[in-house]
Parts: sequence; C-alpha cells; structure tokens
Amino acid sequence: MADPVLDLRGLSKAFGALKASDDVSLTLNKGEIHALIGPNGAGKTTLMGLISGKIAPDAGQVVLDGADITHLSVARRARAGLGRSFQVSSLIPEYSALRNAMLALQARHGHSYRFLRPVNRDATLRDGARAILDRVGLSPRATIEAAMLSHGERRLLEIAMALALTPRCFLLDEPMAGLGAEGTARLVTFLRALKQDAPILLIEHDMDAVFQLADRISVLVYGRIIATGTAREIRANAQVRAIYLGEEAP
Amino acid sequence: MDNTRKEWMLNALIAGVLLAVPLWAWLANEPFIITLATRIAILAIAGVGLNIALGLGGMVSFGHALYLGVGGYVAGIAAHHAFHGTPILGLSGTNQMLPIWAMAMLLSGALAGIVGALSLRTSGIFFIMITLAFAQMGFFFTLSWPAYGGEDGLPIFVRNQFPGLNTARPWEFFLIVYGVLMLALALFATLRAARFGAALMAIRQNPDRAAAIGISPFGIKLVAFILSGMITGLAGAMMADLTRFVSPAMIAWTMSGEMIVIIILGGVGRLFGPVAGAAILVGFEVFFGGLTEHWKLWLGLVLLAVVLFARGGLIGLIAGRAHHG
Repeated sequence: MADPVLDLRGLSKAFGALKASDDVSLTLNKGEIHALIGPNGAGKTTLMGLISGKIAPDAGQVVLDGADITHLSVARRARAGLGRSFQVSSLIPEYSALRNAMLALQARHGHSYRFLRPVNRDATLRDGARAILDRVGLSPRATIEAAMLSHGERRLLEIAMALALTPRCFLLDEPMAGLGAEGTARLVTFLRALKQDAPILLIEHDMDAVFQLADRISVLVYGRIIATGTAREIRANAQVRAIYLGEEAP
Repeated sequence: MDNTRKEWMLNALIAGVLLAVPLWAWLANEPFIITLATRIAILAIAGVGLNIALGLGGMVSFGHALYLGVGGYVAGIAAHHAFHGTPILGLSGTNQMLPIWAMAMLLSGALAGIVGALSLRTSGIFFIMITLAFAQMGFFFTLSWPAYGGEDGLPIFVRNQFPGLNTARPWEFFLIVYGVLMLALALFATLRAARFGAALMAIRQNPDRAAAIGISPFGIKLVAFILSGMITGLAGAMMADLTRFVSPAMIAWTMSGEMIVIIILGGVGRLFGPVAGAAILVGFEVFFGGLTEHWKLWLGLVLLAVVLFARGGLIGLIAGRAHHG
C-alpha cells in the first residue's frame, strides 16, 4: 500500500490533568474520506488544533506526504499542503466571496509581499477565483461580501478557500454544521467528488452524512481512538454502539 | 452614484481645497494661512503613515510620536551640525532636506522594525501599552540628552534647503510638503490595492483565517509597521522644519494620541482620512482655540460623536462604507 498522505503518530496533548489527546494515531490515504466522530468533549477540536498547528503536542508527530510538519506554524503547514475549513465559518468578512477566494489563491501562488500591482487587475487571481466559485456553485454570489452571505453559502466559501490552496489533503471541521437537509445532501455530493482532488479528514456530527461518505471512520472518546474501520465495521462494533451511537440514535 | 465614486470625488475636492486655500493666501499675502495649511499637510503625512498600521493592519500603535520625533531630531541635529560646522559620527551635518528625509526614514524605519518585532507578538491592549512604553522611552531619552538641548529642545536657525526652491518662503515650502503628501497618499493607495494590502487587511479582519491559507500574519504586519514608521518619520523631519524647532514634546504620548484622533476623525483606513482628520484638528485648534482655552473639550465631544455615530469618520459620513471589490 502507498504511504499515507497524512500520518498522525502518537499525538498526545494534556491540559492539566485532562488528556485531550491520548496517543492518537491515524492515517489518511489517497482518494479516501476518513471521518472522525466522537461525542462532545471527545477531543475533536484539540486534535484539529494539533493537526493544523494551532496547538503544540506534548508528544507525537504530524507527517504530511512523508515530511514531518510537527514543528511548523499554522501558515507554513497551510503552504505545505494542509487545506482546512473551520467549524464556525471563518472568512474575511469585508471581502466579497470573490476576494476571499482570490486571497486564498494569492497565498497559494507564492508570497504576499507584492506592493505595486493591483489585485483587482490580476487576471490570474480573478479567473482562478471565478473557476473555484463556479465549482462550489457560488459564482452568482461572487460580489457579495462574505458577512452578507447566508450560512450555507459561507460554509461553501470555507471549502472554496481550502480548495483554492490545491492542498495535499483537506481538513474539514464540521462542514455540515447548521446546514439544512438539502444543503447537506448537496455537500455530500460535492465532497464525494472532492476526495479525488485530495483526501479528506472529515470531522462531522451528522451521522447520516458520515456513514454515506466515509471510506473509513475513526471513533474518538476521551482523547483516544477506540476503533477505526469501514462504516459497516463501526456500526457493528459493540463498544462503539455502547459508548457513542447508543447515545446519539434513539 | 456608488460609494467608491463618491469617495474619489470627495478626495479630489479635499486635495483641491488644500491646494487652493494656501494659493489664495499666497496671492492675498496671508502667510499665517499658508502655515496652517502646511501644518495640516504635515500632520496628514504622519497620519497616512499611522493609517497603514492602524487603518489597514488594525495595529493600534499608541507610540507613533516616536517616529515623528526621530524624523524631527534627524532634521534638527543635521541642521545643528551644518550650522556649527561640526561633524557628527564622522559625517558632516547637512541643511539639505533630501538627505535629511532619507536619513529620517531610514532611522525611523529601523526603530519601527525593532519596536514592531518585539511588540507584534502581542495584540490588543498589550500592543497599545508596549508601543506607548517604547515611545515614552524615546521621550525621556531626548529629555535627558543635553547635547541636543534636553528638555529645552533644539532650534533650527535656518529652515533646511530644497533644490530649486526657497524654503524660507511659506508658499514654496508648502508646495514641497503638499507634493510629499500626494506621494504618500499614492503609496498608500498602491499598497492597499496590491497583494500586500489584500493580505494585510485580511489579517486585520481574521488572522486565523489568513494563517490557515498560508499567510503568516507576523511578517506582513511587521513590514507594514516599518513602512508606517518611515512615513511618520518623514513627516517628523518636515514638522521640525516647519516650526524650526524640535523638542521632546514631539514624542510626548499626547502627540501619539493626536495622530490616532486624526485618523478616527477622518476615517480609519480611508485614503484621505488623515487629510480630513488633520484639517478638522487644526481647524478646531484655530477657531475654538481663539475662543476658549478649553477647545480640546469640544474636540473631545466631536470625537465622542464620531466614535458613537459615525464610525467611518468624515469620509465615511459623506462617502459611505468602503468597498474592497
């Protein structure tokens, strides 16, 4: 089997006596969606922080395409190929959807230390950003400021900005949060195609979506991964049923 | 008419009035008015500098008077040595504005680099306090530096020279300052529209998002802070030449506050915000200063009104919200 794109090796992080991440190891392979589920307080946010670089681990490594990125800053990890979306939409509120996507492309195309040429006349950025908005279906809303977009549109723009980075892998933090049934269904279709661009590590609360989408699922409880397997294996796992699914599903 | 168009027309109007009034004063032989317009233009240049850090980058520096002072003392010290014919650090003094400006920008930029590198690791109230602390250090340093006047300050006996013009004439000196102001504004507009400005304004609004797409906030902010200090330093050199005097008062925290007030009155992050703000400030000083000693009370009330009801300052009040396209 080929080497994993993203390889988490024994990540641990404690806040005082609380082990928010306890020896978490997990791989993300080419072409797959690996979903991470777990009840509230299981340590999903901490793990996201450890992978994205917001939080420094006490022990363990984050390896992206064979390179150890454990000690890189958030920005350098993004440049190394980590495309993330946020749990709560995090955009540039005063910029239009197009300018948000252009900013991501600008970051992707090299540095931001260019002082003279106006970005609005930069055809590479504009056309590239339009193509990306087209792909997520946001082009009709290109000129609307991010703060004025609907919740669902902001979720899409989040993903568009990650997409603009042409990352080696996507890190999507609850992309379905707050979407209606219709929005979720659309996003499921979109993500299924997106995994061909780059594999997706998906943190998600919506169980239906997870079981539809994920090639593999890992279950996180009290900072530990208690099971990893296909949707069928996870459904059949007695421990998971007891700890997690039992609480969620009636 | 859309807001962008409105703002450009307003800008052109402000630029026109700032040139027309002293022109009239020159023809009518009213040098005091020309000096007022020069003061507005110099404060506006200082404000354009601060506007890069504060307006575009959201860095509330409460110590920008430090760079103003560096520029002022460069002009004062160079002129002092040129006047007495004594060398300084192996160099001879000069009474030429161009090399003085270059040195003022170099030194204030270097100092802003040091202050920025240390203070940009913090944000919010801590950043405000650290920048203030550095400026206070500069204030007390000049206060206790007897070689250049200490608390008495340092006079510039003859205004420094500019090739081809007679700087002793108010109108000609005004033209120099006005030209520099236009260049500073052009620089601001260019930066803001370029990739650098796009990144800087994005960092102001959402640093986490900027980092998550690979833009390191620290580097971009530091470069902006240095550019900001350089332009304010340039304004300091001109201010020293206007009053033909530099003193620690130029670095006092009230001066830093005044620069922030200028930007808030005019419109934070707006191209002509500092010009409008400087005009309002000087206008208040002259009109209400003539009526009462307590004119700053009235300025305070106006500032309060702006903060409460007109967050975009004068430019925002007339031209509406800014759009980034």
